[in-house]
Amino acid sequence: MRLELDPAPSPTKVALSYGAFLLLALFLLGFLFLAYGVSPLRAYGLLLSPLLDPLGLAEVARRAIPLLLIGAGLSLAFRVGFFNIGAEGQLLMGAVGAAYVALFLPPGPYTLLLMFLLGGALGALWAGFAAWLRVRFGASEILTTLMQNYLAYYLVVYLVAGPWKGQFVFGFLYTDRFPEVARLPRLGDTLVHWPTLLLGVGAALLLHLLLFRTPWGFSLRVLGENPQAARYLGLKEGRLTLLVALASGFLAGFAGVGEVAGIHGRLLEPAQISLGYGFTAILVAWLARGRPGLTLLTAPLLGLILAGGDALKLAFSMPFRVVDVVAGLLLLALIGAEAASRHRLIWRR
Amino acid sequence: MEEALVRAVLFGTPILLAALGALLAERSGVVNLGVEGIMALSALAAFAVALDVGPFLGVVAGVGAGVALALFLGLFAITLRANPFVAGLAVAALGLGASGMLGKRYEGVPLQKVLPEAPLALLALLLALVLHLLLYRSRFGLYLRSVGENPKAADLFGVNVEGVRYLALGLGGGLIGLGGAYLSLAYRPSWTDGMTAGLGWVAIALVILAAWEPLRAVCGAYLFGLLFFLQFRLQGSVPIPSEAFAAMPYLLVILVLALSGRSRAPKALGQPFERGR
Repeated sequence: MRLELDPAPSPTKVALSYGAFLLLALFLLGFLFLAYGVSPLRAYGLLLSPLLDPLGLAEVARRAIPLLLIGAGLSLAFRVGFFNIGAEGQLLMGAVGAAYVALFLPPGPYTLLLMFLLGGALGALWAGFAAWLRVRFGASEILTTLMQNYLAYYLVVYLVAGPWKGQFVFGFLYTDRFPEVARLPRLGDTLVHWPTLLLGVGAALLLHLLLFRTPWGFSLRVLGENPQAARYLGLKEGRLTLLVALASGFLAGFAGVGEVAGIHGRLLEPAQISLGYGFTAILVAWLARGRPGLTLLTAPLLGLILAGGDALKLAFSMPFRVVDVVAGLLLLALIGAEAASRHRLIWRR
Repeated sequence: MEEALVRAVLFGTPILLAALGALLAERSGVVNLGVEGIMALSALAAFAVALDVGPFLGVVAGVGAGVALALFLGLFAITLRANPFVAGLAVAALGLGASGMLGKRYEGVPLQKVLPEAPLALLALLLALVLHLLLYRSRFGLYLRSVGENPKAADLFGVNVEGVRYLALGLGGGLIGLGGAYLSLAYRPSWTDGMTAGLGWVAIALVILAAWEPLRAVCGAYLFGLLFFLQFRLQGSVPIPSEAFAAMPYLLVILVLALSGRSRAPKALGQPFERGR
């Protein structure tokens, strides 16, 4: 018995393979729920419960905002083979940039604009550093971006516990509230900061057009699909990688600005700023299969899982880590199904 | 001074065990980025069993959990030939998440019978030596290295490429699991969510720093151990924020990666084996 390449799988086979792997993931997840001591069916129900009421949908939308911004950038980065695992850190750097402008620069009509610019720039710097390390020294960006997540994490902890700790807060680790001009408007009573949402939708569409309708996008696609051909065409691999890394870091920085300016109104502990958006956005991008436009669909889907994870946490006082489990299993199911549909089983040797 | 060296060895031990596990898999051509999650889950398995049964079966459970999760990764990275990097990251998330979820009831529970650290540290050192001998002085080691360097040629010589890779990944998972058990049964000894604190990632970087050599990994692990000890010791006594110390290992990993980025990896590292291609 062995596996052999199947270059042209039939659509039925692809569908079957995805169905089987998703079922397997659901089964494993159910098993974990059982081990935790809750009924799997009730847990699944809660995971999907945000779909049932407007407030739940608003929660999904709120979580889809950073996922969309980061996911759109990552789908571009993955396309050219830059595995940016550090969106979490880039998001935090964006939050730091936004907080600096909001807290230490005189408030004015351009405050929000400056917050987005500095936040995006810091995010881009964070990702660009990893790209530079890879291009210049050949250091694996998977590991460097991951390590930079921890660096950004401790930077934020240092800032909110030390020099930037609020003058009017006692015993809590966060800065003072941002002035009103540094806050983003929201939709009604929800936490949906719509300007960031618009930015996310715009970014996904723009990157999609860029990738599929411009010469620059063409060279990116060549680089991603066939690096050797890209070299023959004289494409500058290093420069393209760096640019894509900067773009994805910039968008992740935007996501961080949106979180602090739209939701919290201050810089606070890193685990509260990002609820695992950086890692979840990897799934958003992977599901979109290198098409930034598709993140418009995949970001709300993963937003639902994050919102559902919150519901589970409230109902069963389950650690929020459950989201990692769901994300990990889903990712395995997706790559497993993709790989399985590319092969066929041969029963003889 | 003497205390510093002892603590360096004791703290370097889990890093060493995890690095040896990752190294074994990588020498056969399989990237294992799931180390952090495997370590966390086996630390929990070891702790839970040690609490109910006893510390020795706890170690066995830790090793077993490590083997199981590593083989689960193999299902995707070896048999299905899915992207091994993504599969590894997913396993890391899965292991961290599952251990955080299932381990909630063990948070803050004290362990009655604690395992001594020193014998386990000695065992880890011994295992590094065994691994070195296995890789360079045994037929299996030759097969393993050939599968990591040139799987096609190994296949032509009748070596079962996938079998060797599964064995390397599984045994490596056992070593990582032993590292997890050491953390929760001897070093800490307790269970807390996130207790692996990035050690798994440090171990992966250490493999690169050690140029895929078990004996060099020993020196590297103890060096990291010394740095962690200094971080712990200098905290509060020098006017540097504690967060800077906490961030130091990660900064160090980046430095290591930059310095040894183009060092010689096994040639077929991260490439799924496809017969007849």
